[in-house]
Amino acid sequence: MGRITLEKVTKSFGDVEVIPPLDLEIEDGEFVVFVGPSGCGKSTLLRLIAGLEDVTSGQINIDGQDATDLPPAKRSLAMVFQSYALYPHMSVRKNIAFPMRMAGVPDDEQKRRIEAAAKALNLTDYLDRRPGQLSGGQRQRVAIGRAIVREPAAFLFDEPLSNLDAALRVGMRLEISELHKRLETTMVYVTHDQVEAMTMADKIVVLRAGNIEQVGSPLELYKAPRNLFVAGFIGSPTMNIFDGAEAAKFGAHTAGVRPEHIEVVSPEEGYWTGTVGVAEHLGSDTFFHIHETGLAETITVRAPGDVAYNHGDKIGLNPRTDLVHKFDEQGLRVQ
Amino acid sequence: MSTKASRSAARLMISPAVILLLMWMIVPLVMTVYFSFLRYNLLSPGATPWAGWDNYYWFFTDPSFKDAIWNTLALVGGILLITVIGGIGFALLLDKPMFGTGVIRIMVIAPFFVMPTVSALVWKNMFFNPVNGIFGNIATSLGFQPIDFFAEIPLLSIIFIVSWMWLPFATLILLTALQSLDQEQLEAAEMDGANWGNRFWFIMLPHLARAITVVILIQTIFLLSVFAEILVTTNGGPGTATTNLTYLIYVSSLLQFDVGMGSAGGVIAIILANIVAIFLMRMIGKNLDA
Repeated sequence: MGRITLEKVTKSFGDVEVIPPLDLEIEDGEFVVFVGPSGCGKSTLLRLIAGLEDVTSGQINIDGQDATDLPPAKRSLAMVFQSYALYPHMSVRKNIAFPMRMAGVPDDEQKRRIEAAAKALNLTDYLDRRPGQLSGGQRQRVAIGRAIVREPAAFLFDEPLSNLDAALRVGMRLEISELHKRLETTMVYVTHDQVEAMTMADKIVVLRAGNIEQVGSPLELYKAPRNLFVAGFIGSPTMNIFDGAEAAKFGAHTAGVRPEHIEVVSPEEGYWTGTVGVAEHLGSDTFFHIHETGLAETITVRAPGDVAYNHGDKIGLNPRTDLVHKFDEQGLRVQ
Repeated sequence: MSTKASRSAARLMISPAVILLLMWMIVPLVMTVYFSFLRYNLLSPGATPWAGWDNYYWFFTDPSFKDAIWNTLALVGGILLITVIGGIGFALLLDKPMFGTGVIRIMVIAPFFVMPTVSALVWKNMFFNPVNGIFGNIATSLGFQPIDFFAEIPLLSIIFIVSWMWLPFATLILLTALQSLDQEQLEAAEMDGANWGNRFWFIMLPHLARAITVVILIQTIFLLSVFAEILVTTNGGPGTATTNLTYLIYVSSLLQFDVGMGSAGGVIAIILANIVAIFLMRMIGKNLDA
């Protein structure tokens, strides 16, 4: 079981209110991702749930019980840290055994759980090494192993992949997702990378300056961003946002259209026209940066396959009008 | 960077300094060893005949030699124990954020900058003196018989004074080591259910191991040659209660004017220091690797 609810939780450091009153429900077995730019309070929120910081006011319930004043160890949560926080002077085996040793789990049970975790995480050959002798990905797996053996109600991940290189990150992302499918335990995951959020989450919580901007499934956030911030944050490359007369044509103060919802055509057929700037050829797709469209400084367009346009070419753009997002003066979505 | 030519050039350029340092070390050492085999007494100047192993024989069989060895080891061991344990304690306290941290840290470190003779005199006259000292006064005002520290517990008193001077050093090294500990490790341990005692024992202490090794090695080097504190306070007495090896050598060569005997003591001290160093490196030197 791992149902976590936050009721009117606030956090201040001195006079600075980092998290204004905030309510959130995390269901049992859910994979929830907190995402937002640096300094938005997402790590602080996670640390509040973990109990590493005290809430200024409000209440945190874990499985229906008030956990606001419980010490971290008593909350039956396990955390994986950004720096892995492995104990450098202990072998991998001892690292993984540490929480069980503290809890007084019998030796043979400890052994059984370590073997199981090592097998699941491909660490069997490394159990007697020190963390210093492992690669980044292996260290990450040890940190996860240390969390698994506690059999916690929920896992907390604090930007666990940000110290890994790009290729490893994709691999670990899959491994964590698979782990979640297998264990069916609640996981709360903090990241600033919206790709991680989109690919892993059951539910994304978008944060800005301690405020929850939107909560929803990845596709809800993609299809119907509640405001301009979410619209700009979710999706890669980011949504093209423009205002003024062109936006007014769609009946909005500000309008946005995703790069993949604009079709590249010849200049005569285009709803808009522009000049091709940089083209990024990925093979499967090509991203064009279009200038002089009269919409914004740069409009990004995704064309499937490798479309041959050169720097300086005039091209036409056709947005899919049904997929244009409209926002009012306050930046809120209008339907 | 290290071609053959640059390596030999580097050796050439560094050689004057190395040769100078070697001479600085070798010449006195050889002279000491040479003197230790002579019957060389300043009270009977002129003749300095060859004495063979006589000086060593008389130095070893001198009843104060055994006392001096014991006192030296007790002094070093006692001070190390107090400064390492006390240093860890102070470091843990000073690591906590509190009001006036800067001033408190300077005050804690201050004793290290006081000259040995000065601090010994201050302790002797202002604290340990049974009549004028603060401890004597406190004892008298409470109706107790004041302790005459240097007469009743002389070695302990010296250990205490020297510990007071070296505690800041240990604190400083251990504090910096403690501050380099990754906070996330402590938080992870907290999440893992470790209470403060467990966090100290399993996380902090292993992290401090290398710093403790450094403290022990450096202090041992200096503590084997404690001298000023003894000279100023007890003059090695009462009897030989506070005579360590350094002080015994001083007594032989400068109070009994026996240069030969003093030199023999010096050579023995060198050998003793090296034995201690080998033991220390064997026991705790592995902490310095990796």
